[in-house]
Amino acid sequence: MPEARVIPLRSDGARPRTRPRPAPRRASRPGVGSLTERTAAARGLTPEDAATGAAETPIEPAPGGELAPLPATGGPNELEERVAEVGEFLQRRITGRYSVDDFGFDRDLTEHVVLPLLRPLYERWFRVETIGTENVPLHGGALLVANHSGTLPLDALMTTVAVHDDLAVPRYLRMLAADLVFGLPGVGATARKAGHTLACNADAEALLGAGELVGVWPEGFKGIGKDFADRYKLQRFGRGGFVSAALRSGVPIIPCSIVGAEETYPKIGDIGPLARLLGVPYFPITPTWPLLGPLGLVPLPSKWYIEFGEPIPTDRYEPGAADDPMLVFNLTDQVRENIQQTLYRLLAGRRNAFLG
Amino acid sequence: MSEAPSVVLVTGVSRFLGGHLAARLASDPSIERVLGVDTTPPSREMRRRMGRAEFVRVDIRNPLIGKVISTAKVDTVVHASLSGNPGQSGGRSMMMEMNVIGTMQLLAACQRSDTVRRLVVKSTSAVYGASSRDPATFTEQTEPKAIPPGGYAKDAVEIEGYVRSFSRRRPDIPVTTLRFVNLIGPRIDTSFVRYFSLPVVPVVLGYDARVQLLHEEDAVAVLERAAANDLPGVFNVGGAGVLMLSQAIRRAGRIPLPIPQPAVPLVGRFTRRARLVDFSPEQMRLLNFGRVVDTTKLRGEFGFTPRWTTVQAFDDFVAGRGLRPMIDPARLGRLQDTAQAVARALPSGA
Repeated sequence: MPEARVIPLRSDGARPRTRPRPAPRRASRPGVGSLTERTAAARGLTPEDAATGAAETPIEPAPGGELAPLPATGGPNELEERVAEVGEFLQRRITGRYSVDDFGFDRDLTEHVVLPLLRPLYERWFRVETIGTENVPLHGGALLVANHSGTLPLDALMTTVAVHDDLAVPRYLRMLAADLVFGLPGVGATARKAGHTLACNADAEALLGAGELVGVWPEGFKGIGKDFADRYKLQRFGRGGFVSAALRSGVPIIPCSIVGAEETYPKIGDIGPLARLLGVPYFPITPTWPLLGPLGLVPLPSKWYIEFGEPIPTDRYEPGAADDPMLVFNLTDQVRENIQQTLYRLLAGRRNAFLG
Repeated sequence: MSEAPSVVLVTGVSRFLGGHLAARLASDPSIERVLGVDTTPPSREMRRRMGRAEFVRVDIRNPLIGKVISTAKVDTVVHASLSGNPGQSGGRSMMMEMNVIGTMQLLAACQRSDTVRRLVVKSTSAVYGASSRDPATFTEQTEPKAIPPGGYAKDAVEIEGYVRSFSRRRPDIPVTTLRFVNLIGPRIDTSFVRYFSLPVVPVVLGYDARVQLLHEEDAVAVLERAAANDLPGVFNVGGAGVLMLSQAIRRAGRIPLPIPQPAVPLVGRFTRRARLVDFSPEQMRLLNFGRVVDTTKLRGEFGFTPRWTTVQAFDDFVAGRGLRPMIDPARLGRLQDTAQAVARALPSGA
């Protein structure tokens, strides 16, 4: 149960001071990636040393579809392999020889198109650093609960990359999204193919029961569409539906705190009538949008941190606990407090929103 | 505890499902008589298949159906005539008449009868509607978010309402309601089958539906099982797994033609006029959002696991119809070989 606690403004060693250079994030290579870099950095090595250390571990040929060209280290067969991969992918797509699950999750497409498209944004633009990846279970159902911000749900997209690339075993984050998403042409269909589904108890429990890692942003539009002045202040955490889903499925809740997303599109105003006309919850004004037109859609290159907190177990409660509103509220508060404190701690350690 | 049927009445025998069900029941020697009713006589081929099953030409909207039931001492009624294909049913208003008024009359006759011991109703998963606010899978208890505004789906909702009130009035008769997903196979003719047979398949721009299918043979087998056993309740009936609409079109080797949402009704009218495909508005919504039903209850309580998955059923349909892919897969393979050969010949970038 939550109790009054002093928020530690500086926690030693939780976050490296030095900014590691984005190393190739191949989650299929356990031990390589941000964690190694982080420990290296903690030992006082320069990022370059860390990167060299990473390069010494044998690098398997990439499982394919990456947009960024890979360094040609594999000899003359490299190009041929890439051509074979791309060719096979295209053949599968054209003949329809791939499979989707009941939710419409298209693993082939996610792996070869969606994630490679997001990766440059993740690695180069936002230079996302993940902390506490060991807190995310590598197998079985778990509910990841995170703060929502930034006008457009880039935080959600970056988290999907984080759990795929930075865990020892790549996982697919199955997000619960608002019905608005699925009504939009293009967006809705893509969201389904990337494995996301409607935020409702039936779907959440079905996914958790199937042992999936489910992501939820309980603040919803209140969180993502809040003004820049309110940045990093958590909004109300819905009605606790996510907690009862976790309780019913007996899966742990993983609090996830995202710093950096607030600065991507600082929302300084809202054109209400236009939002109502378009049927969207808000029509944001940022320093660059709509002033600079399409250029205003380019997110500001803030430096991001994604911290996964310690899992909160839910399987020690009695069956039927999900129907106890008090317990659900308390757990909801506990998760919310946890995220809010982590946010404050991360913010206190951050010197600059763009440099980290 | 469930008694084997001895006199079975099947409605809609001139169509695929009713006809094949009658044929299957007729080949079962433990069943004394199989009566098939419909407004139009079955095709010659179907009559040959039906063997000893008797055909009674009677309109189920006519009270005469009650007479048929009482004189033949029918004990099991399988109402398989519910149709979502206006082309086969003489237009949309005729289809609605046959579906709704026909069911009302049939139920009225069953309620009066003292011989009927079991009722099986073919319904459709269209009763769940299709919208962006629905959960990914529908269980039998899921309340539809958007009540289908009209057409076939609304008819089916009304029919299920009549069936429920029937079972309230005659609690002694176990009623099985089967909510079928779209049927597909090499022989059946539905709007969906026609849709996938078009060389260029219109789809809604920006949407990709999840499609769940059931093989025609499985559909007949489910009805047969329901007719032979007391399995009261509502059951979703569908194959395992899903296909994306775009994926299905590619597997069939068709070319998708994306149409912006506002133009969809126009194209729908065109395909109807041209007698290609007749999709009612709510069936078009299916192309936007798709629909997947949870079949746990079917596999558990009902005790039936479809032999074909959605993908297998669709592939069987493609193979059975002899649909030629517009792009030859062998050519793609050759293209890839060429590309790889070029890559091999190129000097390495290092």
